[in-house]
Amino acid sequence: MSRRFPWIRQSLVIWHKELRIEFRTRFAYSTLLMFAVTTLITISFSVGGFVPDSDITAALLWIILFFSAMAGLGRTFVQEEEKKTVTALKLAVAPEPVFLGKYFFNVTLLCSLTVLVVPLFLVLLNQSVPQWPPFLVTVILGVLGLAGASTIIAAIVAKAEAKSAMMTILAFPVLVPLLLAAINATRACLAGASGAAPASELYVLLFYNGAVLTASLLLFEYIWNE
Amino acid sequence: MLTQIKVHNLSKAYGHRLLFRNLSLTIPNHSVFVLLGRNGAGKTTFLRILCGLVSASSGEIEITVDGKVLTPQEKRAQIGLVAPELELYEELSAVENLEFFAGVRGIPFSLTSVRELLDFVGLKGRGLDLVHTYSSGMKQRLKYAYALLHEPKILVLDEPTTNLDEDGVKLVEAIIARQRRRGIVVMATNDPREVAYGEQTLSLDTAKPGDLA
Repeated sequence: MSRRFPWIRQSLVIWHKELRIEFRTRFAYSTLLMFAVTTLITISFSVGGFVPDSDITAALLWIILFFSAMAGLGRTFVQEEEKKTVTALKLAVAPEPVFLGKYFFNVTLLCSLTVLVVPLFLVLLNQSVPQWPPFLVTVILGVLGLAGASTIIAAIVAKAEAKSAMMTILAFPVLVPLLLAAINATRACLAGASGAAPASELYVLLFYNGAVLTASLLLFEYIWNE
Repeated sequence: MLTQIKVHNLSKAYGHRLLFRNLSLTIPNHSVFVLLGRNGAGKTTFLRILCGLVSASSGEIEITVDGKVLTPQEKRAQIGLVAPELELYEELSAVENLEFFAGVRGIPFSLTSVRELLDFVGLKGRGLDLVHTYSSGMKQRLKYAYALLHEPKILVLDEPTTNLDEDGVKLVEAIIARQRRRGIVVMATNDPREVAYGEQTLSLDTAKPGDLA
């Protein structure tokens, strides 16, 4: 298959390189984890023994995931520019596999964070999940959308001057539809029998992912090349 | 295989600052082309346009192999670049860097051939060390391994002997001689010793439209 679809093989090679560097530096994962854990502990202390309702819980979960993603995923392309490795990469491979490789890496990082943070969040905030299947689908689609939008915005930010401020400022309007749909779907899942199954929100998340990936693959070449 | 570079009316400006205008020239197979000029004259920009890293303001550079004009994708497979603004991954070893670039280029990776390449560029026994432990001269040697890994038809060198000791300079001479047999070397430098390698030179300080056509 990789012979017929060189993009897939090249993307996986880039994903593997990113993982190898991350295992050695632990920069992005440490940033993501530290941000998520400190926010989570602060929230759990501030609510004390009180069990917040599903509206507040759903919003808090996605706020933690959103800001963790902004803190950790923004450096994907910035470090290629700052360390001057971008020229070697541009000369060796087409733009699209670069985007996909970085996207796969961001998905891996964010999924590994979510696997730790979501159960911890539910335990610390004394939450039960009456509708597990749609809850898991919401989290997966939400995380994929966060990773996709963060990857393309990180590529734009890498070309900007004020990199640190740009990521969150640019990402917020792009991610608002995703965050609203994810919060609504999570709220419905946590509300249990009283909440309707979040089918329409799940469709929004699904189409958001499709739109972000398609637009990113079409636009990335213009961002990547000078 | 017959490789040729044709530059047609190439111009490049950044804003109102014109670097060069209407350059036209042909670089034949089995030759070394040297680009001269003061700092800021546009030598590196010319090389980056040749590599497809920067677009020209007008005009184009056409690379042909056996009469067939290469697409941007095919150009990637036929160009090797060594330049000060190109670095390799410091968190990886030399072997891991070359394994990565062989992987994305889709060329077979063999530890034996990579070790031979590293021996050739003077990094024998250092292939498994992380690049951040290398001296600047060793990093420059590794850039040559990166540029030669896929056996390109065109080798593009920007200040080729930067950071190299006397042995390194001899290595560059050997690489240029080998590459001349394989295809073309395009080099930007102001070092008289490096200028002497070239059969064809162009100074961007004095270039007039249509030079070397």
